[in-house]
Amino acid sequence: MYAQQVETGLSTVRTTADMADDERAFQARIDAGVRIEAKDWMPEAYRKTLIRQISQHAHSEIVGQLPEGNWVTRAPTLKRKSILLAKIQDEAGHGLYLYSAAETLGVTRDELLAALHSGKAKYSSIFNYPTLSWADMGAIGWLVDGSAIINQIPLCRCSYGPYARAMVRVCKEESFHARQGYDIMLSLARGTPEQKAMAQDALNRWWWPSLMMFGPSDAESVNSAQSAQWRIKLFSNDELRQRMVDQTVPQAEFLGLTVPDPDLRFNAATGHYEFGAIDWTEFQNVLKGNGPCNRERLRTRVDAWEEGAWFREALVAHADKHAAVKEVA
Amino acid sequence: MSTQLSKEWPLWEVFIRSQHGLAHKHVGSLHAPDAEMAVNNARDVYTRRNEGVSIWVVRAADIVASSPSDKGALFEPANSKVYRHPTFFPMPEEVKNL
Repeated sequence: MYAQQVETGLSTVRTTADMADDERAFQARIDAGVRIEAKDWMPEAYRKTLIRQISQHAHSEIVGQLPEGNWVTRAPTLKRKSILLAKIQDEAGHGLYLYSAAETLGVTRDELLAALHSGKAKYSSIFNYPTLSWADMGAIGWLVDGSAIINQIPLCRCSYGPYARAMVRVCKEESFHARQGYDIMLSLARGTPEQKAMAQDALNRWWWPSLMMFGPSDAESVNSAQSAQWRIKLFSNDELRQRMVDQTVPQAEFLGLTVPDPDLRFNAATGHYEFGAIDWTEFQNVLKGNGPCNRERLRTRVDAWEEGAWFREALVAHADKHAAVKEVA
Repeated sequence: MSTQLSKEWPLWEVFIRSQHGLAHKHVGSLHAPDAEMAVNNARDVYTRRNEGVSIWVVRAADIVASSPSDKGALFEPANSKVYRHPTFFPMPEEVKNL
């Protein structure tokens, strides 16, 4: 999930008895499947939680460009380079759709970026892992974007209109990402033994972090229960993770690669794969800022922003000059 | 850290005419310092896959919108005027072309 462990600021799920008339009417609209729009009344906690969730998601899209940017100049062919550039450009677009959706809730773009650059805002743990070989471009598209799709498709039906509409656009483009990734894995898996070994190595390193993307089990979480009541979270982390494993394991088998989990087995009775325990200590550590690339990602992001300042200022100067000329005329 | 823009860029709403001769449709919004950059950015953000043949950008501040609280006064009167729909008038089966 691109927005992991989103706080609602509430210690218990709101019940009808807790609610004043306007909040009760709001919850009734959500229960009836009516979308909430920017200018509609909404509880402060809903607004704040959505800002957190959407901006975490937006930041993930923007920071998500960095691990892939690492391979643009070293893509094996011009075709692969063009595809990778197009995918990275899509991620920038996804970030922009989402920032716009967050801004409808009364926060400015500058505030959102300041929170990212100061390290106050979170982004998905997955982007703090390094991209060591070309095969990682395949594994990211296949596993990371694949997981993102599983998480995002339900959000196309979430209760907040601007977020839901942004998700529709994102999902349409995301399946290109997953497929180009699998296509890279296919080429490597069908290539030389060395190339196949690269693909296996990438799967080994990205499998567990991809499962962590969905976040720890939230069966007992008040935040998740409240978000579910608001319909900004439609399935539990465990349900989505199970869906990911169920659809991805056969894809790995087709590639002739081995999922790095000795406990993985298909349960014919349930129709689901059972998988081994996830190392949540690692996940919490990465979230706290101690992943392999946390500092590098943030520094690269801040440098890009600061080194682009002169260009943004020039655009403003140009716009101001032309506005002044127009006024005189 | 100079995270603050020297001046916040205005918000623009973006409308795209798709290939099929339909009206321009709202697709989203973006920030840009002026109209020209808004069109350029709209091209990059909203038409990467042949989504359109024409772009309109309008400063969000220039859009006048109806308020959600006026919804009743504005739209309820239409509810009671079902005779505005052709299906209000059942036609005998023998009558054709109506």
